[in-house]
Amino acid sequence: MNGVPLVLGGVLTLLVIATLISEGLPRWKGTAPKTELAQRVRAWWVMAGLFVLALLLDRRVSIAFVMLLSYLALKEYLSLIPQRRADRRVLLWVYLTIPLQYLWVYTGRYGMFIIFVPVYVFLFLPFRLMLTGVTPHFLRASATLHWGLMLTVFALGHLAYLLVLPPLHPAGGVGLLLYVVIVTQLNDVAQYVTGKAFGRRRIVPQVSPGKTWEGFLGGLGVTLAVSLLIAPLLTPLHLWEAATLGLLLPAVGFVGDVTLSAVKRDLGVKDASSLIPGHGGILDRVDSLTFTAPVFFHFIYYFVYGPVRG
Amino acid sequence: MTAPADVRPRWPALRAAFFLGVVRPALLLGFGLGVRGRERLPVRGPAIVVANHNSHLDTLLLLSLFAPRALAWVRPAAAADYFSRTPLLAWVSRELIGALLIDRQPGGRRDPLAPLSASLERQEIILLFPEGTRGQPEVREAFKAGLAHLARRHPDVPVIPVALRGLGYALPKGEWLPVPLNLYVAVGTPVPRQADKAAFLAAVEAALDSLEAELPTYRWD
Repeated sequence: MNGVPLVLGGVLTLLVIATLISEGLPRWKGTAPKTELAQRVRAWWVMAGLFVLALLLDRRVSIAFVMLLSYLALKEYLSLIPQRRADRRVLLWVYLTIPLQYLWVYTGRYGMFIIFVPVYVFLFLPFRLMLTGVTPHFLRASATLHWGLMLTVFALGHLAYLLVLPPLHPAGGVGLLLYVVIVTQLNDVAQYVTGKAFGRRRIVPQVSPGKTWEGFLGGLGVTLAVSLLIAPLLTPLHLWEAATLGLLLPAVGFVGDVTLSAVKRDLGVKDASSLIPGHGGILDRVDSLTFTAPVFFHFIYYFVYGPVRG
Repeated sequence: MTAPADVRPRWPALRAAFFLGVVRPALLLGFGLGVRGRERLPVRGPAIVVANHNSHLDTLLLLSLFAPRALAWVRPAAAADYFSRTPLLAWVSRELIGALLIDRQPGGRRDPLAPLSASLERQEIILLFPEGTRGQPEVREAFKAGLAHLARRHPDVPVIPVALRGLGYALPKGEWLPVPLNLYVAVGTPVPRQADKAAFLAAVEAALDSLEAELPTYRWD
């Protein structure tokens, strides 16, 4: 059964409940609404609306949407990191990676998709940087530019490749993409909410003081339940696979979240930008996803598609 | 030499459509904007908006932030010698930019501020880059005294500082290839007037510097 409409109905219900809490409750009690919470929930409506629209319209639109996410995330990253003035034009080559990588996705060239950024861009970029003739901070430039591409183009690009995998379930690639995005984002929210309510023991106080074991376990519990519930509706995953991912993805998402926190601390910023009201920038919203997308992709590519490929 | 005749844009709707339909989407997608205090931009003149100058695109960026109904009244001050070079440039600067052409030849007998004064008397909003030049990217040059003279002639007109950051990296002087990078803008409140011209100029510079300090920084070497 194609469970996409059912799951989208569930997402809509969650958004309505969240809005009743953020906007309805203060109005009913006659107290001032908490602006940050209301802002966050409103931004969720916009983000979910755009994502679902792009997903339902057409596969090309869906791929273009993920490509736009890569572009915005990369632009945010390149605007934040220390750079050399001499490398200004090299950045155009860095951006050129995006259309090429998504061309491999669109045409289903898995081999190119998987080696282009880690191998060819990895070799080309330092060559082009060398041509500037400027050697101070050469290694810093090579490393930071490539790291940003791995994160925002290669890792996030896995979301788009889910769309071109041969369908093994009526929900198809849309189902796979919806599954990993819902599980990752819901885990973020559940972790945040349980952490706010019960959080006491900090996991990495020097990097992300808000992250607690209580929040992590709360997120894990919710995510495991949601994974078991929606996996049969959206994916060809067996029960044990849905359970494994329900435990694995929260851990991986957490790692992505705190890793990006370490990067932001290094750069001396709290948020990557102020594009999304109440959330920060694109990078702040997709931090967990940059880690869960490739892990989820290669999990199903090995366990689900491996036996099919033979 | 004849004084540059001030010609107002003939089709204000074309200008509004250009900024709403072309410039703003291009800036949002091609660069990305983080704007603080946009509501502080004046919607009616007379007013003087002063900004730091980093790039050719500064004027387009600033104009794209005004409300469409205010746009018809906004006149960026521009160098007459540069913007009258070719008929096309003259048409673009008149119709799309709404430029107010200023004669910047020193030692002329005419009053170079006269077109600005006339514009303020017509209740227009003037955009000024008091550095006079783009200079070093993202380094503020000392302000020219013209702003202080103009302000003294119009003691009741608000002078609103706007700090810009990003275009000095995305499209600095001497470069023609823009690179997508986030642009940041902070609009301030009118600078309180002072009797002394030098002191007022210093106050505007200080207001702009403190606005710039609020903006996210670029760490380029």
